[in-house]
Amino acid sequence: MNLRSSVILVTAILIAAATGIVVVAQDHTHEKSASSTQAQNNIPSSSVTAGFTSQTLFQPPAERNMPDDEFGKTIKHGQEIFENTKNIAPQYVGNASNLRCSSCHLDAGRLANSAPLWAAYVSYPSYRSKNKHVNTYAERLQGCFKYSMNGKAPPLGDPVLVALESYSYWLASGAPIDPKIPGRGYPPVSHPLAGDYRRGQQVYEQHCALCHGADGAGQTDARNQANFPALWGAKSFNWGAGMSSIKNAAGFIKANMPLGLGGSLSDQEAWDVATFMDSHERPQDPRFNGSIAQTRAQHHDSADELYGVVVNGHLLGQGIVAAKPDSGGEKQ
Amino acid sequence: MNLARADGAAIALRGNKRGVPACISCHGAHGEGMPANGYPRLAGLNAGYLETQLEAFANGQRVNAMMAPVAQTLNADERAAVAKYYAALNNPPDPKKMLAPTDSAGARLATQGRWSQNLPACTQCHGAMGVGVGASFPALAGQSSLYIENQLRAWQQATRAPGPLGLMKVIASKLSAADIQELAAYFSALPANNSTRKGSP
Ligand code: HEC
Ligand code: HEC
Repeated sequence: MNLRSSVILVTAILIAAATGIVVVAQDHTHEKSASSTQAQNNIPSSSVTAGFTSQTLFQPPAERNMPDDEFGKTIKHGQEIFENTKNIAPQYVGNASNLRCSSCHLDAGRLANSAPLWAAYVSYPSYRSKNKHVNTYAERLQGCFKYSMNGKAPPLGDPVLVALESYSYWLASGAPIDPKIPGRGYPPVSHPLAGDYRRGQQVYEQHCALCHGADGAGQTDARNQANFPALWGAKSFNWGAGMSSIKNAAGFIKANMPLGLGGSLSDQEAWDVATFMDSHERPQDPRFNGSIAQTRAQHHDSADELYGVVVNGHLLGQGIVAAKPDSGGEKQ
Repeated sequence: MNLARADGAAIALRGNKRGVPACISCHGAHGEGMPANGYPRLAGLNAGYLETQLEAFANGQRVNAMMAPVAQTLNADERAAVAKYYAALNNPPDPKKMLAPTDSAGARLATQGRWSQNLPACTQCHGAMGVGVGASFPALAGQSSLYIENQLRAWQQATRAPGPLGLMKVIASKLSAADIQELAAYFSALPANNSTRKGSP
């Protein structure tokens, strides 16, 4: 890097630090082509995406540096489970689900602001109000299977959990133990106006339906393998998942969607489309206690959650009865 | 729908009476394309996708001197019929291609992306092994490598319309000349799949 560009970069970082604004450090060729793209077609360039400077973020080790020994095999297996969950650990994934861990944790759990594994790993054990006790990292992984994958929690010590924990530990090599590590979870999203179903529907039809389908059920590829994840309905995450909170969903969407165009929606658009997504029925919360009102009071008592709320005349939280196995499931 | 439906096979094999040449003269006897010339394989691609591309050539959104007169001289019915014909064609299994390289630079970029640049993996949209997803995300497996390179450069040079959400234009803008070569080598080496018809309407 020449002197001039390093001065620019340092200045940019100082400005970013002072204002909390976002800079993505990129090399010059890319900046140039991205901005000419933007000028010609009004397409957001990558320099307006992702809210961080890559300088200040923890970088997980490169895949080629995975240890080449017995431990390395388990790490690798963890990565495979992460990217191909239903094929490798079908016993813990809901029958109908067409999600994989990497549907929401992009870049195989590496990407900052997409709930990266390295940031999660250094944040546990931790007290969680969700279940009101101190959770280990393994218990946190169990939660993902139970809620996000609408499946069953692998028992503690199960090879699936051991492999996922090993992969996470390895990705976190050299990271400080710090629940506030930059890039953890999803960045917060503001919403000057309350979330709106109709506005959200418009955003959805314009920016999301191409991949996730007008019916939110995702899409399979030409060999009938799950490709784009379902956002609601039988194939999606259940009412207990983090994504059923508008706040989490808006954070993920703003930073990462549409795929490859992260950061292109306004905060309000992200909030509205998250509201639209979470206004649809999905599989029941496994903690359901027989009463939607009581389950809401116990587990969903937040303005950002629509479980137990009537939307368009439908009381949300009824779950989906007799979910059919996904014809587009991943049977290879 | 018109009762006297256009005959897709006839157009492909013989062209039409208004001067459209037989598609096979450029796209091969079985829709396999002429890879070395950058004439794409059409066999097994999604019908909806093929029809959309023919429309784009006809209305000038997609610029190509060879395809523009062809597409303009077909009516909408004929475009739909010939698209269906090609979508239903099988690609004969190619045993040479069953073992695709998994550790080349192209394979890594195709299956992992380059997220430091917010570049997703190609397979996230084009399906595992590039088999294609629905009518919007065409199969890349077994496609002519020169054709793939030409398309990525066409987006860089704005001679191909940005397409759905402008996704490919943004993606192509993040690729270097070497990336393009490696990606094209990777996808062209994969076996053209035989089951894209399932994804057709
Ligand atoms: C003179 C040669 C020629 C003839 C005849 C021809 N094509 Fe093409 N076709 C091409 C070339 C070259 C391209 C690639 C254009 C580019 O690089 O953008 C192409 C591209 C296409 C594409 C786009 C494929 C994709 O994956 O996007 C379709 C669809 C197509 N042709 C259909 C047809 C049909 C149907 C016919 C017959 C009615 C036909 N072509 C006749 C040369 C020809
Ligand atoms: C976010 C989704 C997405 C990703 C990621 C993506 N593509 Fe595409 N791609 C598309 C869409 C949509 C089209 C159809 C464009 C059109 O209709 O004009 C397409 C079309 C193409 C075509 C034209 C094929 C043909 O038959 O004409 C090529 C080549 C291509 N993509 C290559 C790539 C490569 C290489 C990558 C990875 C670097 C990639 N794509 C990643 C969405 C994507």
